[in-house]
Amino acid sequence: MRFHFKTTYDDDIRLFIDGWKLFLYGALLVLMLALPWMIDSFYLGEANNVLIWAVCGLGLMLLTGQTGQASLGHSAFMALGCYSCVLMMQAGVPFIIALPVAGVITGCIGALIAIPALKLHGVYLAIATLALAILADDIIVLLEPWTGGVSGIVPPDIVIFGYVVNRWGNPTEWYYMTLVVTLVVTLLYRNLLRAPLGRSFAAVRDSEISAQAMGVDVARTKTIAFGLSCAITGLGGALMGLFAGAFNNETFNFLLSIQLLMMIVVGGLGFIHGAFLGAIVIAFLPQLLSIVSDMMGSGVAIPGLESAVFGVILIVFILFEPMGLYGRWLKFRVFLELFPFARKDMFKRQKSYLKTERLR
Amino acid sequence: MSLLEIEGVTLKFGGVTAVNNLSMKVEEGEVFALVGPNGAGKSTVFNLISRFYTPVSGSIKFDGHDLLQMSPHEVPSLGIARTFQNIELFHQATVLQNLLVGRHRHRKAGLVPQLLHLPSVRAEERAHREAVEEVIDFLDLQPYRDKMIAGLPYGVRKVVELGRALASKPRLLLLDEPASGLSVEETQNMRWWIDDIRRQMGITVLMVEHDMGLVGKVSDRVLALADGAKLAEGTPAEVQSHPAVIEAYLGTSAISKTADAKGART
Ligand SMILES: Nc1ncnc2c1ncn2[C@@H]1O[C@H](COP(=O)(O)OP(=O)(O)OP(=O)(O)O)[C@@H](O)[C@H]1O
Ligand SMILES: [Mg+2]
Repeated sequence: MRFHFKTTYDDDIRLFIDGWKLFLYGALLVLMLALPWMIDSFYLGEANNVLIWAVCGLGLMLLTGQTGQASLGHSAFMALGCYSCVLMMQAGVPFIIALPVAGVITGCIGALIAIPALKLHGVYLAIATLALAILADDIIVLLEPWTGGVSGIVPPDIVIFGYVVNRWGNPTEWYYMTLVVTLVVTLLYRNLLRAPLGRSFAAVRDSEISAQAMGVDVARTKTIAFGLSCAITGLGGALMGLFAGAFNNETFNFLLSIQLLMMIVVGGLGFIHGAFLGAIVIAFLPQLLSIVSDMMGSGVAIPGLESAVFGVILIVFILFEPMGLYGRWLKFRVFLELFPFARKDMFKRQKSYLKTERLR
Repeated sequence: MSLLEIEGVTLKFGGVTAVNNLSMKVEEGEVFALVGPNGAGKSTVFNLISRFYTPVSGSIKFDGHDLLQMSPHEVPSLGIARTFQNIELFHQATVLQNLLVGRHRHRKAGLVPQLLHLPSVRAEERAHREAVEEVIDFLDLQPYRDKMIAGLPYGVRKVVELGRALASKPRLLLLDEPASGLSVEETQNMRWWIDDIRRQMGITVLMVEHDMGLVGKVSDRVLALADGAKLAEGTPAEVQSHPAVIEAYLGTSAISKTADAKGART
């Protein structure tokens, strides 16, 4: 067990709590950078896919894990990010400008939509945002002159400083590009968590009433959270569409929202690590299933198997592992550190005392 | 001018008049206690000051500002901090983070500087942490600094909530039953803290408390409420011996019984 003797305020503010953590994450970064030399282009594509999912997941995590607001509408914002980025690219805007601007546009529109939607709580908010996700499909079809409707869009090649990044031609460059976006988003996310805004997100999540009593403007905070969340998810959506190489009204189906929500629950709500662990599960589960069904020798794919397995996993996690995979890892680590003194009830959530519903 | 002036305030919940034409003044630098039986409307008075409720009539002024013109989240910016009777902490956050939320009204940085963690944000964070660290020292919270609220015992949570209010450096501190559920020892500590908060920090305290021992020791003035209306006001001793207060606490029958007993003896 390591002890931290804190001597300056920066000990609590800096990104890595000690040299060991810095080393670990440094090693992880080196591994990620070396990945193109270690695996073939098929698996590199899968790794790329994991990172794209993780970016989308970080977006929803900010809203659901950090601020406590559920959304089943995030597929719509993935679509918005994707279409706005590609339309700008088609209009001749360079990719490195189009991508962040698409994020900003998605964030602003998300914040505008949030103002009425966030008056709703819990499951009502989930239903309202789900309606948005379903509506997005129709809107894309209606806006056919721009979006290509049902026949969709084949996005132009990504060009960065005159250098073409094509999924099939330059998979390594594509992967590095996604890695950079992922790192930037993760850094911004971390910065938020160590700033007043990140703390007011947690305040709104845990007790709106006392957040107000401390001067947090709840409506405004939720709106900002929704906007930032949509912006990040929009970036992820843009990458997803570009990576797919073609997309139409059905690419950003509302089921994507549900997968996204499931991903962060399985990974661990409220943890950055949770978004990444969830992304790994989401990206590799379909392959695992096909390997398993191959081994079972059934030969024919069972329709809907994937969704069913996702659903079962989600239920199992909500019931037995509400802190997700990352929570499980934390518990395991404490167990190792304290061995043999760990107690079974150490992570049991304590009942909150005398909580009344008088003041919501 | 008094720091807090409540004038003729009335609040009804359906048929229940929770606060009935109440007027009171809290002077700068004093410890003022609100007492009264359960359901008297004490917490409701706090919630009116916090602007969670809007009265049907009357006015509430703090340092000359009309509180009724403000929304709940604007009240703390005037320098009013509070605790809750049922402890409303941020459960899935550490003690340190909870106290840092108390600093919310002093934040300056905008969204983009925070996202980029500019040097100005870092400097501001250091200042917040310095202020919070003072509170941690004052309340002896060092052992719990990095612990999640969700795993802390009740007594500690009570202190953390006091700390969160103090971290905002308020002018007026509202404490709703600071000693309820505390052990004798913890209540003693609370007493010294309230004394120090007033003397050393110069913060005016308005508190609701059932423990008359504590009220008698720390407060300058006491106001007794029953059914939302003022029964008596004065020094702790005056209020405690006021016939209307004894009656409200023990019930009319108790008074008549003691009268009967006296009558029987003579
Ligand atoms: N949100 C509400 N809706 C309806 N009635 C309420 C509400 N809040 C309080 N009341 C009622 O108003 C009256 C005063 O309640 P309040 O909580 O202010 O009492 P209190 O003096 O704080 O009592 P206690 O000592 O039990 O805390 C009670 O009759 C209570 O039932
Ligand atoms: Mg009360």
